[in-house]
Amino acid sequence: MKHYRAHLLVCAGTGCVSCGSFKIKEALEKEVKKRDLQDQVQVVATGCNGFCERGPIVLVQPDGIFYQLLKVEDVPLLVEEHLLKGRPVKKLMYVPPAEKQPVPKMKDIEFFKHQRLIVLRNRGRIDPEKIEEYIAFDGYEAMAKALSEMTPEGIIDEILFSGLRGRGGAGFPTGKKWAACAKEKRAPKYLICNGDEGDPGAFMDRSVLEADPHAVLEGMVIGAKAIGASKGFIYIRHEYPLALKRVEIAIGQARENGLLGEDILGTGFDFDLEIVQGAGAFVSGEETALIASVEGQIAMPQQRPPYPAQKGLWGKPTVINNVETWATVPNIIRRGADWFQGLGTETSKGTKIFSLVGKINNTGLVEVPMGITLREIVYGIGGGIPDNREFKAVQIGGPSGGCLPAKLLDLPIDYESLTAAGAMMGSGGMIVMDDKTCMVDIAKYFLNFLQDESCGKCVSCREGTQRMYEIVKDITEGKGKESDLALLEELAQITKDASLCGLGQTAGNPILTTLRYFRHEFEAHILDKRCPAGVCTKLIRYVVLAEKCTGCLSCKKACPTEAITGTLKEVHSIIQTKCIKCGACREACRFEAIDQQREEAIQII
Amino acid sequence: MAAKKKLRIQDLAKIREKTKSLMTIREGEGRARVTVHMGTCGIAAGARDIMDALLGEIDKAKVQDIIVTTSGCAGLCNAEPMATVEFKNQPPVKYGCLTPEKMQKIFIQHILGGQMVTDLVLAVGSETMY
Repeated sequence: MKHYRAHLLVCAGTGCVSCGSFKIKEALEKEVKKRDLQDQVQVVATGCNGFCERGPIVLVQPDGIFYQLLKVEDVPLLVEEHLLKGRPVKKLMYVPPAEKQPVPKMKDIEFFKHQRLIVLRNRGRIDPEKIEEYIAFDGYEAMAKALSEMTPEGIIDEILFSGLRGRGGAGFPTGKKWAACAKEKRAPKYLICNGDEGDPGAFMDRSVLEADPHAVLEGMVIGAKAIGASKGFIYIRHEYPLALKRVEIAIGQARENGLLGEDILGTGFDFDLEIVQGAGAFVSGEETALIASVEGQIAMPQQRPPYPAQKGLWGKPTVINNVETWATVPNIIRRGADWFQGLGTETSKGTKIFSLVGKINNTGLVEVPMGITLREIVYGIGGGIPDNREFKAVQIGGPSGGCLPAKLLDLPIDYESLTAAGAMMGSGGMIVMDDKTCMVDIAKYFLNFLQDESCGKCVSCREGTQRMYEIVKDITEGKGKESDLALLEELAQITKDASLCGLGQTAGNPILTTLRYFRHEFEAHILDKRCPAGVCTKLIRYVVLAEKCTGCLSCKKACPTEAITGTLKEVHSIIQTKCIKCGACREACRFEAIDQQREEAIQII
Repeated sequence: MAAKKKLRIQDLAKIREKTKSLMTIREGEGRARVTVHMGTCGIAAGARDIMDALLGEIDKAKVQDIIVTTSGCAGLCNAEPMATVEFKNQPPVKYGCLTPEKMQKIFIQHILGGQMVTDLVLAVGSETMY
């Protein structure tokens, strides 16, 4: 391999690609060539770096300099100054909010400093489309160890002892699942990788598949040896084209090099993998529904037990684990269960990836040790709330999870404490909300999502989610009744108790936690017909404050429905029947002359 | 295309050995760090040839854990082209008035051999920073 003195690691995760990182890479290559540095400097496309907020991102190694928000125009300066003259370019570096001095090195940036990378260890470091780069960073070493030195029982014991729990949501101990399947005498056995990530705002699995697909492959071969499977499937939703492409390339390279297929690494062990594309139904993420989908049937959950470990794909013993779980496995085998045991809390070991989105300064993908507090994530890594607004809640665990309020910011994150608080670990989506977010509106959003995605098999889930949605929708429109809250709680409980799969069993969570922590907001909507956050359009209206209006026409120009009347230097007014309450006028006004008030037309009974 | 040779367990270690420079550079940690000063003065005095010579030597010697970087003017334009050699926990050594031949000698004797090339040394240690 050629010795390059500098490597330009261009983030090519989906986030940065959509901000134009492929163009940046092209421009870098062109400029490097123009400066005759192509034999000294290598330009590499890597998987998601994590700091999506700041994309496109380029990391220059060995200096460790982090460049962000790059534009094609910045490239000539970057190449000339940094790579030719050795002067890192300050104006392209990251400046933390509320500070003036840039932070040149990636390792010193708060967002990266507190993370602990195990599953994402290769993110932003290797080209995911080159198997040699994965091998260079100890890739396939664990697989070689498992295939040549370990017995199936030995592998299962190691995973059991490590304390690894499923990263897909429920947190079932991975070793136990494997042991149950290994015990089954029937053959063939199957492995499945669950990459059907459907929670709104979650992109952990996608990023792992995009940044380090070989890690998932390696984990699955190790699992195959442990339970005695010879065939596996990786289930990826078709909305993830880049992940699909990179996994496809990885499987091809692994086969070509004898790391998949017959007689892997000359050890006599056979195992092969196939990709199955999902069509994007949320319920497919449920394991029995996913198995049905792989079989070519409609994705509908089945009664458990029997569990897939006994009776799974085509009725055969099957182990199904999440992407992140599979990618954790090689690390445990390579570094030992003792090492993994030492990370995290009493009941939750290791690290967990979260996608940090919503009203947060540092949107991105973070991997943190279990037991870290919400505050450390939101204010430390996440850099707090934009515009210094107030933190209101964080939604954890997707539609199955819940909204945790500010008073729980010091809650340590592990499976048990999240469940006790009414949320759940889920797959790791974390949506931060500020004081301008209406919690009733959030509950409505998740209920709408759930009633849409419910497969309809169980009456409780099909009708329950729909009824809950209708009630909450009425509340946001000022049609709520005092008795609604008790009815909602009852419905949520029934849906939870009487549904077959995880979707229905957790469908009540979004409403139950918002009622538990933000009941006063529901009451304000029902009793005062008022939306405290000013979000629910039926309950608010915009008016022009005559004493502040200068008649500058800004609001009139901003209004998309021509609902504002008035001429220059004359006080404007809003025609309420035309107004769609989008708030554009309020944003456009420089004199704070547009006021948001309670909708008077709605009668308080 | 002929079928690619299937890997055996020992091949993984061989690939790792061959790609060690990749790890060194991407991790930013090497045995030694050589900085070629490439301010306008350095480039005018021929720093590019020094860089080419250094990278050529590294390739020839097949060493993988030397980090090569560039930096701006070191302040002593008179002595350009210059290069600084640093080993972990040792004061940096500055060499001046370099030619490709001198760079080659420094590489073999100092960077690989650990012996300073005394007659070419400009300074040992760095300026005090305030």
